[in-house]
Amino acid sequence: MEHRWGMAIDLDRCTGCEACVVACHAENNLPVSTPELAAQGRATHWIRIDRYYEGEFPDVKVKYMPVLCQHCDDAPCEPVCPVYATYHNAEGLNVQVYNRCVGTFYCANNCPYTVRYFNWFAPEWAEPLPLQHNPDVAVRPAGVMEKCTFCIQRIKRTKQNAAQEGRRPADGEIQPACVQSCPAEAMVFGDLNDPESKVSRLAQNGRATRLLEELGTKPKVFYLQKAK
Amino acid sequence: MAATPDLLPYHRIREDLFRPLSRVSRPYMLATLIAFIVGAAGLVAWSFQLRRGMGVTGLQRPAFWGVYIVDFVFWIGISHAGTLISAILRLTDAAWRKPVTRAAEAITVFALMIGGMFPIIHLGRAWLFYWLLPYPNSRLIWPNFRSPLLWDLTAIATYVTGSVIYLYLPLIPDMAQLAQHNTPWRRRLYRALSLGWTGSDREWHALERAMKLMACIILAVAVSVHTVVAWDFAMSVAPMWHSTIFGPYFVTGAIFSGIAALLLAMSIIRKVLHLEAYFTKHTFNRLAKLLLLMCLLWFYFTLAENLTVWYGNEPKEMAVFGARTRGHYAPYFWTMMFLNFVVPFVLLGVRRLRTIANATIASVSVLIGMWLERFVIVVPTLTNPRLPSASSFYAPTWIEVAITAATFAAMAMLYMIFAKLFPIIAVWEFKPHPQEDD
Repeated sequence: MEHRWGMAIDLDRCTGCEACVVACHAENNLPVSTPELAAQGRATHWIRIDRYYEGEFPDVKVKYMPVLCQHCDDAPCEPVCPVYATYHNAEGLNVQVYNRCVGTFYCANNCPYTVRYFNWFAPEWAEPLPLQHNPDVAVRPAGVMEKCTFCIQRIKRTKQNAAQEGRRPADGEIQPACVQSCPAEAMVFGDLNDPESKVSRLAQNGRATRLLEELGTKPKVFYLQKAK
Repeated sequence: MAATPDLLPYHRIREDLFRPLSRVSRPYMLATLIAFIVGAAGLVAWSFQLRRGMGVTGLQRPAFWGVYIVDFVFWIGISHAGTLISAILRLTDAAWRKPVTRAAEAITVFALMIGGMFPIIHLGRAWLFYWLLPYPNSRLIWPNFRSPLLWDLTAIATYVTGSVIYLYLPLIPDMAQLAQHNTPWRRRLYRALSLGWTGSDREWHALERAMKLMACIILAVAVSVHTVVAWDFAMSVAPMWHSTIFGPYFVTGAIFSGIAALLLAMSIIRKVLHLEAYFTKHTFNRLAKLLLLMCLLWFYFTLAENLTVWYGNEPKEMAVFGARTRGHYAPYFWTMMFLNFVVPFVLLGVRRLRTIANATIASVSVLIGMWLERFVIVVPTLTNPRLPSASSFYAPTWIEVAITAATFAAMAMLYMIFAKLFPIIAVWEFKPHPQEDD
């Protein structure tokens, strides 16, 4: 495996501003939900901010946790797909092939992080939002599952550009939309195969934990937080 | 002990059982019409769902499976009525099986046809369902046999094939009889379907051997089918789905609801076709005892499943357990316990109460209860995922209700049409010496 892409998110830095959520919507052509659809559980956010409250009012602490596809090395969603619409690619990414998906929902049921989203209807955007669609990302039809791709289109573009210059992508050169937009610089993306990369070093940090690690899914998103 | 119809002369039995085939009454037409309308309404609902998208259902993140999957498990469960019971009775050579087997085998075939529709109805892109089939294709990709859904497809396809053969084999001698004196189109139909049966010794022996063999095969297939259905859930990492006893638990539930469906069908046939002499108190009594046995077995499994979770007190599982027993889905759970255990246990456990009418009431109770059981298993697990931020509620919309109602109508319609084309009781089984020509 040449690359093994991963992410580190510093929860002690995250302010819960949701810039990453907005950036992801713009980058990945996610439909904009309405309050009604959101109340029905039909909103699509490849990255979401989970809120955890500690203490009793008025002495409450809120902790924000951006949750996106964890790109597990042992992803529970993968073996259950009957048509190989979701599988592991050569760079450790858990990828979703929209054209193969028939919509059994099984992957989403088996995802302990509930980060998979379904196209309940054909996606719609109010004018003039369709004008800002990202041409590098497919618009998904009704009836297929989708989820965070670690902005695979950006990974590919950066790798191609680097290859033309006869080099490997530098550490930090690839930035998914969420990472790029984080004002607190709480998110870091990079190659876990490179022991010198920033994400590798953060993954070794004493504050690093992984979400629902006990399930043995081997997620590639590392959350950094002070031990209580 | 001989069942009553064995004491009737054979020609009388033949008349009794062939008569319903040639008479179409007004209530029959009316019932078929109602079933057809309800079925058509379901088709309209489905076409609406196909055009608009799965958003017309009550499904949502994270409750990605709902009433359709409940219906799927329910109907596959009902299919265990027939084949399994008739195979067991045939292999043990129980004499009281004679009036029961065909009515049961027909339920199996139709319930499977209906149940097998639901995974397709439930697909986000239902028109691409054939992508799950292993065939050389332009996508240059084989289906993923690591997925329990593929095991499911394989198991159910095998089961349908086996059940159709198992229903068909004992029909052959009856159809040969029917081909003798009949209206022209029926003569053609039965002659074609009876495959030139002449009733020779050799043919009887071959049929006997084939039926014995199929009975053995179908038993194994039936058990494996519902085990695989259970594994659709148990293979996942979801709390209260990931359970080792789900295989046998589901098989037990399937046989439980299957016997209930058979009892209900029998009591309707008995009344409508005036076959009181065939479906006697003894027949009902024996099947009712089987239902009682399955009721106790089901209760044992339900207790084992829930008690261990409660005692283990693991937070993620307790969230599901709480939603089932105290939370949003508690009414479903406790109604299920009442209908699946209290009602049949009292009505069938007390000998004085074990009448035909009460066995029918208990069956209806069990059928509703077992539908609820699948709901209680499928939904609360999904609405209480491991990360609490995604927790939600699920309730079906009219689309799901209409499609569910349509399948019950389809079952009734298929069964009624079957009963007009073929004798619902195997006539030749009552022949004193089947090998002798008459």
